[in-house]
Amino acid sequence: MTDEQIKQAIIGIISDIAPDEDTSNIDPAVRLREQMDLDSMDFLDIVMELRKRYGVHVPDTDYMELASLDSCVNYLRDKMAGKALVS
Amino acid sequence: MTTDQQSGFNLKTEAKRVLRGSSGGRLQQKVNPVDKAKAEYDVIVIGSGLAGMTGANVMATQGYRVCLLEQHYNYGGLATWFKRPGGHVFDISLHGFPVGMVKSMRRYWSKEIADSIVQLESIKFHNPQFSFETQFTREDYTNKVVNAFKLDRAHVESFYDHLRKMEYFRNDGKTTGEMLETFFPGRNDVHRAFMEPITYANGSTLHEPAITYGIVFSNFMSKGVFTFSGGTDQLIMKMRKIMAANGVDMFSGAQVEKINVERGRVTGVRANGRDIKAKVVLSNANIKGTVLKLTGAENFKPEFIEKTRAIRLSGSSCQVYMGVKQGQEIPFITDLLFCSEADHFTSEELCELRTKSRTFSFYYPKTRPHLPNAGYTIVSSNNAKWEDWAALDETEYEREKNALIERTVAHLEKFIPDIRGKLDHVEASTPRTFNFYAAHNEGASFGTKFEGLEISQGLCEQVPGLFHAGSVGIIMSGWLGTVNYGVITANKMAEYLHVAK
Repeated sequence: MTDEQIKQAIIGIISDIAPDEDTSNIDPAVRLREQMDLDSMDFLDIVMELRKRYGVHVPDTDYMELASLDSCVNYLRDKMAGKALVS
Repeated sequence: MTTDQQSGFNLKTEAKRVLRGSSGGRLQQKVNPVDKAKAEYDVIVIGSGLAGMTGANVMATQGYRVCLLEQHYNYGGLATWFKRPGGHVFDISLHGFPVGMVKSMRRYWSKEIADSIVQLESIKFHNPQFSFETQFTREDYTNKVVNAFKLDRAHVESFYDHLRKMEYFRNDGKTTGEMLETFFPGRNDVHRAFMEPITYANGSTLHEPAITYGIVFSNFMSKGVFTFSGGTDQLIMKMRKIMAANGVDMFSGAQVEKINVERGRVTGVRANGRDIKAKVVLSNANIKGTVLKLTGAENFKPEFIEKTRAIRLSGSSCQVYMGVKQGQEIPFITDLLFCSEADHFTSEELCELRTKSRTFSFYYPKTRPHLPNAGYTIVSSNNAKWEDWAALDETEYEREKNALIERTVAHLEKFIPDIRGKLDHVEASTPRTFNFYAAHNEGASFGTKFEGLEISQGLCEQVPGLFHAGSVGIIMSGWLGTVNYGVITANKMAEYLHVAK
């Protein structure tokens, strides 16, 4: 999966768990929490969806790695390698 | 149970008294309720409280094979109801939860359930220090406290901001009482307005770590207080349908006797004499009972057992259930009435045997709009201590229960003067009743104090495959807390199963 696809994967999950949020203009460098109304349960849902859709395991000590789209890409690059984007 | 021996409390006579001759939720079983369970599951859930059901459902939607075992014949734990002759349906804990419940129900259950959540129209406070009506939204509540107590608005806002910024991992060691005193020194009336509703909601006191208050109050102080339109029975029925559609095997009347552990790992449970295998077990039973009774102290490190034994419960409740005669009406007073005749507020007064403080939950026909003859019921709740009620002999118990009913109806007459003549059913429950029906140690109705959370979350490190979700640590109690805790634990279980694979 390319970096761009990893971003798409995260945005796809966010649009499903928070349908009221506008995901079209997310600044990848800025923390997601500062751009959207996401709480700790939302981040837990992102973790659960990553496991469900991509078989990716994010231990709770690594949750802060999911803070922004850029940090998600850095953290998930190896874990998502060779996987196909689920729409 | 040892508590029964200590108190001389007799389950059989309690059942007779409460249900007037019926077998009290422990029906004679002709067939073993777990006969139809499969030999093996990925997940067995013990207890169908909101945390247990939510954990079961989330695991099932992730593709795991799930079995849910409930000791009572009804599902729901304390999210429950009961019926009485005269067409009365009494809800135990339906009123009222924070707005966060809408999102949680939509995401972990269904849009249909989320869409049935409605806001309470009105909440009233009435006590010798102040009276006001509010919607309990941040804006309206702030207006009311600013006016009632002549407070500076910016100061009240700074209090909310302080609460919102509190974080679990940055516990400053202060109690809620100390925090309230810092922000509103010497203002017992203000402390009452901020603390009393939370005590009714989760049994906490001024002496808990302030973080517990910060999290719970911030959840409520947002868009108001909400309830489920249709009643608890409809809600639980819908949840059971969803679980069934997701493939959860559900068995009620299933008494788990033991969580099986072999070579230090969970291997399943023994229920009604039958061993059922599972890779993980999620207990929604009381945390102390889960560790000490179901799993057994021998499976844990001694320090862990010591800490488990030291967990304090968050107390219990008394309720009085009042049914208005079919055909009679009562005017709209409010949805929730926090009222007290005590001159000053103390956490101790709220749970005294003969407290002068209680919450009235008014259930109008709007609670069950689908029923053509839906009537009016009123349920009063007050906090209570197990030891006060457990210590009574049978005669004293009967007398105190009747006195509780009388005090409650007399209190209600101050708000609805002709209510006594309109009631055709009145009965009371006490900590003993909660102990009997929910099998909760000491009749606990709010789970544990703060220290229970660490033990609840630490089970799997002690016994791989063992998990817990339910009302613990104050912040995980209440409908929203337990639903979300069920999800949090489901995520931990899925992670455990994923790594094990």
